[in-house]
Amino acid sequence: MAGMTAQEPTSPHFSSPQAVTEGLKAVGYLADEAISSVVFLAERLGKPVLVEGPAGTGKTQLAKSVAEMTGARLVRLQCYEGLDESKALYEWNYKKQLLRIQAEQVAAQDETWDQLEQDIFSEPFLMARPLLEAIRATEPVVLLVDEVDRVEVETEALLLEVLSEYQVSVPEMGTVKATRVPMVVLTSNNTRELSEALKRRCLFLHLDYPDAQREREIVLAKVPGIREDLADQVVRTVQLLRGLELKKAPSVSETLDWARTLLLLGVSELEPAVATRTLNVLLKYRADIERAERHLAGAAS
Amino acid sequence: MAAQREAHEVAGGLLTTLARLVDELRAAGVPVSTTEVVDATEALRHLPLEDRPALKAGLGAALVKQEGHLKTFGTLFELFFSLQPGLVEDGGEGAGMGTAQEGSAEPSSSELAQMALDAMLRGDAQLMKALARAAVQRYAGMEPGRPVGGSYYAFRALRQLQVDALLARLLAQAQETGGLAGMAEADEYRRRLQQLRHEVESEVNRRLVADRGAPAVARAVRRPLPEDVDFMHLGHDELAALQRNIQPLARKLAVHLAHKRRRGHQGRLDFRATMRRSLATGGVPVEPRFKAPHRSKPELWALADISGSVAAFARFTLQLVYALSSQFSRTRAFAFIDGVDEVTDLLRGAPDMAAAVHNINTQADVIWTEGHSDYGHALSDFVARWGRDLTPRATVLVLGDARNNYHQVESWAVAEIGGRARQVWWLNPEPRAYWDTGDSVLAQYAVHCTGVEECRNLRQLRRFVEQLP
Repeated sequence: MAGMTAQEPTSPHFSSPQAVTEGLKAVGYLADEAISSVVFLAERLGKPVLVEGPAGTGKTQLAKSVAEMTGARLVRLQCYEGLDESKALYEWNYKKQLLRIQAEQVAAQDETWDQLEQDIFSEPFLMARPLLEAIRATEPVVLLVDEVDRVEVETEALLLEVLSEYQVSVPEMGTVKATRVPMVVLTSNNTRELSEALKRRCLFLHLDYPDAQREREIVLAKVPGIREDLADQVVRTVQLLRGLELKKAPSVSETLDWARTLLLLGVSELEPAVATRTLNVLLKYRADIERAERHLAGAAS
Repeated sequence: MAAQREAHEVAGGLLTTLARLVDELRAAGVPVSTTEVVDATEALRHLPLEDRPALKAGLGAALVKQEGHLKTFGTLFELFFSLQPGLVEDGGEGAGMGTAQEGSAEPSSSELAQMALDAMLRGDAQLMKALARAAVQRYAGMEPGRPVGGSYYAFRALRQLQVDALLARLLAQAQETGGLAGMAEADEYRRRLQQLRHEVESEVNRRLVADRGAPAVARAVRRPLPEDVDFMHLGHDELAALQRNIQPLARKLAVHLAHKRRRGHQGRLDFRATMRRSLATGGVPVEPRFKAPHRSKPELWALADISGSVAAFARFTLQLVYALSSQFSRTRAFAFIDGVDEVTDLLRGAPDMAAAVHNINTQADVIWTEGHSDYGHALSDFVARWGRDLTPRATVLVLGDARNNYHQVESWAVAEIGGRARQVWWLNPEPRAYWDTGDSVLAQYAVHCTGVEECRNLRQLRRFVEQLP
């Protein structure tokens, strides 16, 4: 069956999605039902999770928090256009190999070429990049493949072997197989349609901006000292602004920045005038700020 | 708790239900592969069945891999898993509601109105469920054996509850509160009404499922996926959904064009850099260095027909062009009917789509004589006025149905554009079968285009964007 490769997932951490929610909460990540359910399932089925959604909804943070929650090491592969095998999988350290060969020439030549070849294509000359590093790890790891939509379709194929078989082939050394299935989280901002093959191998999680209740909880948890009614006003206003047609809707982290700013300014009641003055914390485009100002002015009159 | 179940322990009924759900997903156009079905079956072994939201999220994650398809999945999950009687033991809420309803007498219409007001004011989920149940019971007039027409019953129940009047009253009240609080309040009421609508629809569906079985209801409520809705027949909600979908697509197009530019061959060998680099390896040039390739910056020109015959399409067209111009600095936009005018600045200066459309309708000079499409005049006028600005870096998109109202065709104009630009693509909102019938003269323009594509829905537009060389 799919997901049932040679390696069964090592003893599961969690008994139910509810337990995942609690675990994530303990490390400061407020998950909703969908998030916990998918994380729970990913661990049970040994499948990667593809997290998609607008910027600033906590996609990367989710991977970090899962790592923290399970006490695993986070191995991160930041994707970018032009990412290739040598940066994602492994690379031979050819400078070191060259020095080794030159050193051989200087010293007495009692080593045959075969021995030398074996020698320079061995562990000390291999530079493991994130994917290989995650596969070889003996301790638990969480592999984060960040912004996977940035790589070309061709490079995506590289990920397929790793994600379905949890193995990496190094021609000179053979195949490296994972001793334990790492938890894999891929994030995407959806700038490009990912290949069907990749999507098929993953569980899909769409992370949208949180609803008012959850965002309020996030603000209360992350901004110590904020009064509940101010948090409530902040969140309601942000939710209102997200309803507008903006170039870039305010993200959760921007909500938090705004709440902190208001707290520092000693604001106790969010008036439209105060909101307008501090909008630049929340919105990063001139046009967006103007649009929001006009909308808030409607509230003031 | 979700004790791990063995495959054979997953109840047969559950597997059948899953299979039916998958069938219905596929029928609606959502691609579900066999691997994904296997994953979903596996998921059933692990997920706690009594926790519906977790079950829904888990199955969704295994089966559906696109945001736009989640809504369809949500509806179907409800029909097959939540509303199906006897499949999964009901969690407390549903059963409780049933007994409560049987215990008390049927509420009168004034009691219902009071309930509706309370539900809106408090946003209490339980109360909304109870209200929906009572309202459908009393007003929807559902009888066993009638044809399945879910939206009609829901419409009747909601009309009798007079929710629109209720909302108007609450909004007026929020207006009086004023300030940010008032606006947020109004927002909240709208959201609650939406929730109530959903509850009523669920209740109607629940009864229909009990009467007809989930598959029949699923067939009746089947809607095209967002990417399959025809641009020419967009409803109000669909237009809003389209708006959300266009933006990422425009970004994709921009990324795509920029991406194509960056990929490809590296530049010539940079001898100096290679030599300098080789010093680190004892003079052996291990890593050759290349000069940065010469980069030409692509431009995008959009020519959009905004006449009445393609009004619905034109709205989409403008939306696309608006989204493009905000993503891609080297975009120039033109609108035409029988005259043509540049609208780049009108679009760029507008704070949102509505303002942009307003700007174009009031300020763009697109009518030459009578205000019926005249492609011949518009295109030749375009060539005369802006043709010289076209460069071999430009990609030109013409958006229109090529229905020329029997005017002069002037196909040389397209040839001229094609000669100057890198490529010319014609996107037609009409079904392929209608091309070159009546006053459509597409074929005469098509010979001078790089390609002509049918573009009636998001799926086709997406395909076009992705195959663009």
